Amino acid sequence: MRDFWRRFRRNKGAVVGLVILLLVVLLAATAPWLFPGSPWDMAGAPFSPPGEMGMLLGTDSLGRDVAAGIAHGARISLLVGAVSTAAALLVGVTLGAVAGYLGGIADDAVMRFTEFFQTIPSFVLAILLVAIFTPSIGSVVFAIAIVSWPPVARVVRAEFLSLRGREFVQAAEVLGKSRLSIVLTDILPNALSPIVVLSSLMVASAILLESALSFLGLGDPNLMTWGFLIGSGRSVIRLAWWMSVFPGIAIFLTVLALNLVGEGLSDALNPRLARQRGGAA
Amino acid sequence: MSLLRVDGLTVALPPGGDRPHAVEDVSFHVDAGEILCVVGESGSGKSISANAVMGLLPKGLPVRQGSIAFEGRELLSLAPEAMRKLRGERLAMIFQEPMTALNPLMRVGDQIAEVLRVHGSGADAARRVPELLAAVNLPDPAAIARSHPFRLSGGQRQRVMIAMALALEPALLIADEPTTALDVTTQMQILRLIREIQSRRGMGVLFITHDFGVVAEIADRVAVMQRGRIVEQGPAAEVLNRPQHSYTQALIAAVPHGAAQARAAITTAPVLELRGVEKTYRRGGFFGARAVVRAVHDADISLRQGETLGLVGESGSGKSTLARCVVRLVEPERGTIAYHGTDLRPLSRAGWKPYRRRIQMVFQDPYASLNPRRTVGDTIAEGPVTHGTPRAQALERARELLRLVQLDPGAMDRYPHEFSGGQRQRIGIARALAMEPELLIADEPVSALDVSVQAQVLALLAEIRARLGLTMLFITHDLRVAAQICDRVAVMQRGAIVEQGPTSEVFAAPRHAYTRQLLDSIPGRGWTPPEL
Repeated sequence: MRDFWRRFRRNKGAVVGLVILLLVVLLAATAPWLFPGSPWDMAGAPFSPPGEMGMLLGTDSLGRDVAAGIAHGARISLLVGAVSTAAALLVGVTLGAVAGYLGGIADDAVMRFTEFFQTIPSFVLAILLVAIFTPSIGSVVFAIAIVSWPPVARVVRAEFLSLRGREFVQAAEVLGKSRLSIVLTDILPNALSPIVVLSSLMVASAILLESALSFLGLGDPNLMTWGFLIGSGRSVIRLAWWMSVFPGIAIFLTVLALNLVGEGLSDALNPRLARQRGGAA
Repeated sequence: MSLLRVDGLTVALPPGGDRPHAVEDVSFHVDAGEILCVVGESGSGKSISANAVMGLLPKGLPVRQGSIAFEGRELLSLAPEAMRKLRGERLAMIFQEPMTALNPLMRVGDQIAEVLRVHGSGADAARRVPELLAAVNLPDPAAIARSHPFRLSGGQRQRVMIAMALALEPALLIADEPTTALDVTTQMQILRLIREIQSRRGMGVLFITHDFGVVAEIADRVAVMQRGRIVEQGPAAEVLNRPQHSYTQALIAAVPHGAAQARAAITTAPVLELRGVEKTYRRGGFFGARAVVRAVHDADISLRQGETLGLVGESGSGKSTLARCVVRLVEPERGTIAYHGTDLRPLSRAGWKPYRRRIQMVFQDPYASLNPRRTVGDTIAEGPVTHGTPRAQALERARELLRLVQLDPGAMDRYPHEFSGGQRQRIGIARALAMEPELLIADEPVSALDVSVQAQVLALLAEIRARLGLTMLFITHDLRVAAQICDRVAVMQRGAIVEQGPTSEVFAAPRHAYTRQLLDSIPGRGWTPPEL
């Protein structure tokens, strides 16, 4: 574990990403104390620019505090990112494990099923699903999970395929262990590193997807989100740039941080690859 | 003046390694027309020395001291451009892995022509390429020149590599374990070829190897390396038969003798009988031709209680497939696998489970056969736990087994990466023994190990077998190892057993032509290691 941390620290970008990410989490956690009350309430005169009338990041067209919106929006963005990624991992890892370990017909069936989802443009599918199930936080999470599990299934299948032929798995086979216990205790722990790296990137893309859905007005109407803030500021962007720009920066920083952390994790989990990359540069 | 003279060469290792220098104060020389063998175990610095001569050291390994003089010129101070010109033209190298050293997308002839072209003699490539391919004894050079590397066997590729190295008639050939990845019969052909070309052209050869048999076969002079230093150097006959340094003596004592002693015939009841087992691999279909490989056929064996049967053959002979059929890692299409009279082949996964206790396996690769994320204790205990032994009891037993395989019981809570190859192989053996099996299948258990470690593991296996009365099916490609440990041997070729009998009889009077060929190919068969 100490070793892991030492390797992670070698990637300066990853440390910066982790710090940003922790700040965002902190912001989300302290939102109710920093900005008590609902972010939907009027807090000042409409269209106040940043810094005026005690509004750090200005107000929107209805006089709502943009800073409060961002802080409360962080809660929703992180929540959606985490929950939908967890759901996508559950589906993707299970299907990928079945395909990779059993091989043969099971593999063919699962992979064709996966391709069926991959052939539909994911954003269009997400819009469609949210529209069908009426926008709510549940349907948004569901839609994002549905469109983001196929890459997980493919990665897990590839890992399982290569690990299945390794001698320690054959040894477990010869010891007479059950299939389930071989998959859970022998193969899965050794396939974890790519899954961890992939999931950090999936959280980032889930946040982007959620923002895009909210921007189109398909977010949960009762929850303040970053995408909604940008969407509502879109029509007055020349008049009040701050309404769209600050939530945009929030999305940008969070997604960038997650990507940096993902790369750092990948370096720390595959030290040999990282060293080669460093050596070539 | 020597062709190549290396003086006091010291190459640093990156900080944090197990020693400060990869090679330290190494001095040797190669004269025109002689073969110098550098012998050592893995990590002894023999390849680093060779790469230093070629100017191919990786960035992390800087030369700290010393000089490398080639034909009177100092190589270490040479500009990269001048060194590039020298490489290929005067200095040539062949590598261990003929599979990856050739460009897979280029025809073999074009690759050799490229060497000529780069050094400015591309004009007569059309004439020289077939000539070179013929010089390395490849049949039908014109056809070989037109084929891509994947069409060629390992031995053929290594010949192509040698042809490439010889293209510009270098004065010094460096061969880094050129036969290690090859089968024993191919190895012998390549060794003869290098010998022949060397004497025909009067080249100097720097030959890196770990195998004393190969040394006995090919060397004029020998340098023995241990942990980055040359501990002994001298004429081959001198070093092989009267080694002075204790390390050389230990290495030579560890070489399997290859002499099979007669053993009493075993007449106990059969434990395992294979009848008419067949396994065929099919691939392709849809587009292109279907390829059918008969991996195992006509391979009937029977194994008596307490007996060790050696299954010997070259790569692709089907010996591992046959062994894997017995433990059902591979499912054969036909035949009976009778264990004490019960046919195991038609059993279901659940039906097999009771037999898992009785039949266990030791794997080849000590680095791949242990789960890297599980402690040694759990690895050894997991088999019995799976079969219902309480965990505490299984762990207690694991501790005893570690003592049995001569490891410290303190190893229980450590992870596999903290152990060396030989220690890992002991852990693998302990894992198999934890089930208290009656039949042990050992699939090349020592071929990934250095020779001194190999000797220890073989001794351990022999001792355990005697103590526990194990029956063993021992798969190996190394006839010297088979001679040392097996009561009977079965020789496999292309999926079939061509000869079977008591080890001493097969070695003394082989009946099948292929067995004779295998025996003739044992490197260093003319050399009997001295009793030390």
